[in-house]
Amino acid sequence: MSVIISGELKAEVKNLNFYYGDVHALRDINLPIERRKVSALIGPSGCGKTTFLRCFNRMHDLYPHNRYEGKIILHPDNINIILPEIDPIEIRMQISMVFQKPNPFPKSIYENVAYGLRVRGINKRQLLDEKVEKSLRGAALWDEVKDRLHNLAFDLSGGQQQRLCIARALATDPRILLFDEPTSALDPTATSKIEELIVELKNEVTIIIVTHNMQQAARVSDYTAFMYLGEIIEFDKTDKIFTAPSNRLTEEYITGRFG
Amino acid sequence: MKNIKRRIAFNKFWDYVFWVTGLLSTLVGLVLLFTLIVDLFLDGSGRLSYKFFTSFPSRFPEEAGILSAWVGTFFLMIVTAFAAIPLGVAAGIYLEEYAKKNWLTDIIEINIANLAGVPSIIYGLLAMGLFVYFFKFGESILTGGLALALLILPMVIMATREAIRAIPNSIREASYALGATKWQTVWWHIIPYSTGGILTGIIIGLSRAIGETAPIITVGALTFIAFLPTPPITSGFPFISFKWLFDPFTVMPIQIFNWVSRPQAEFHINAAAAGIVLMIMTLLMNGIAIYIRYRFRKKIKW
Ligand SMILES: Nc1ncnc2c1ncn2[C@@H]1O[C@H](COP(=O)(O)OP(=O)(O)O)[C@@H](O)[C@H]1O
Ligand SMILES: [Mg+2]
Repeated sequence: MSVIISGELKAEVKNLNFYYGDVHALRDINLPIERRKVSALIGPSGCGKTTFLRCFNRMHDLYPHNRYEGKIILHPDNINIILPEIDPIEIRMQISMVFQKPNPFPKSIYENVAYGLRVRGINKRQLLDEKVEKSLRGAALWDEVKDRLHNLAFDLSGGQQQRLCIARALATDPRILLFDEPTSALDPTATSKIEELIVELKNEVTIIIVTHNMQQAARVSDYTAFMYLGEIIEFDKTDKIFTAPSNRLTEEYITGRFG
Repeated sequence: MKNIKRRIAFNKFWDYVFWVTGLLSTLVGLVLLFTLIVDLFLDGSGRLSYKFFTSFPSRFPEEAGILSAWVGTFFLMIVTAFAAIPLGVAAGIYLEEYAKKNWLTDIIEINIANLAGVPSIIYGLLAMGLFVYFFKFGESILTGGLALALLILPMVIMATREAIRAIPNSIREASYALGATKWQTVWWHIIPYSTGGILTGIIIGLSRAIGETAPIITVGALTFIAFLPTPPITSGFPFISFKWLFDPFTVMPIQIFNWVSRPQAEFHINAAAAGIVLMIMTLLMNGIAIYIRYRFRKKIKW
């Protein structure tokens, strides 16, 4: 598969299996992730996209009976981030996540963005101010909120809340940014803003995005992996997947015959 | 057509019957409560005066007051709050956020729910054995306060857990995803967002404790006390004293009980007056609880 990738690798998934107790949710996943590109995961509901994405920041460690097998190698450190002896917190400090539904904290806009820094023990006002502004700018939200940074985040619209969550994830300078269907709860205008933002962000950070919206994958991603029943059926450059898929299942899915 | 109309009229008749029955049942409860309160006020309000609050009990009904009783209640509530809040909140947080879900936590859970239903006198017996005889705290404010703390502990734990459970999991995940530890998540999110519910639970617990008599009598509260506990603030170094913890005490409901059990009708007036004060204390606490809940609900809506 790695012949598909032309640039530098940020991560490599090798023979990844994942189990929710007895439920074998991911089967022998292999996938390269190119640095500073957008990789999209598509596939019908329940095929394991979220499960796969949440392996990258070890979210599954929060709940009992979950088990990983195989490797997710993070480059350039060349460490397997799903090894049990590696602290999940260490991984989450480098790999941020934006969730399906906007989930800001019931705190001020400022405190939402600053939280990741506070977790890292950064409390200097000046440094926080700088980082908060930079992240909000990065998430294309600064101009809309700069006069009300200390208002509650709940007062923002859904799209703004999701961009706030992106700013919150950016504040800690992650190496990989994970998106789990970030626009599924948003209206079309808010959606296209977030899509533009994602394309913008790949200049700075490697992005993996789960989406059930194929047009979205086509618009924002460089690479696309099609998943079905916990497996990766096909992985290729996005143009290729959407114009000339080599697997029959992929073709049926992107032409809307199932899913 | 005529049949249908008759059928509808018949159905509506039963509607009406239930409406009347329901209204009457509600009224019975309300009227009874109202009568009780009015009766209490008619009997006791004449005795309510500044002097009533600043006098010790006495052999002469007109001179007797509730000074030692309300001061005792106040100090007791302080001990109860200081013991029950940290223990109850910590236990609630532990059970919700830290404890693994297994048979052991299931057993603990069932026990806590059952503890809330244990008759209060049992807590008195337990406190007597534990605090009076074992720890030798004496028949003191400390013992009484701890007995009531045990009594309301299950309520505080359950209120804490409920308030924590109301926090959506997406908030926890957002915090963990940024690299937070469990304690950081608890400290920055779980505690602040559940404070409203926890405070409400604590106040309702205390307002139950304030009227408890049985466990307090069991641990040996006195019925006639004509002095105050040692002041907690002293004029000399170190300016603070905990001697009051070991002083004997009485509380409002015991004072009331003592007065009603006397033969002279004059004392019954005192009892009614003290009853009014106790009821207002309870209502105030419940009012504060409702206000806190309202304030926090307004700020945090999931
Ligand atoms: N916590 C869980 N416990 C057991 N099975 C789960 C759990 N979460 C998801 N699953 C199962 O794993 C499969 C993949 O789910 P998911 O990753 O959420 O799919 P997707 O995001 O592609 O819709 C589904 O069959 C789902 O039922
Ligand atoms: Mg999903």
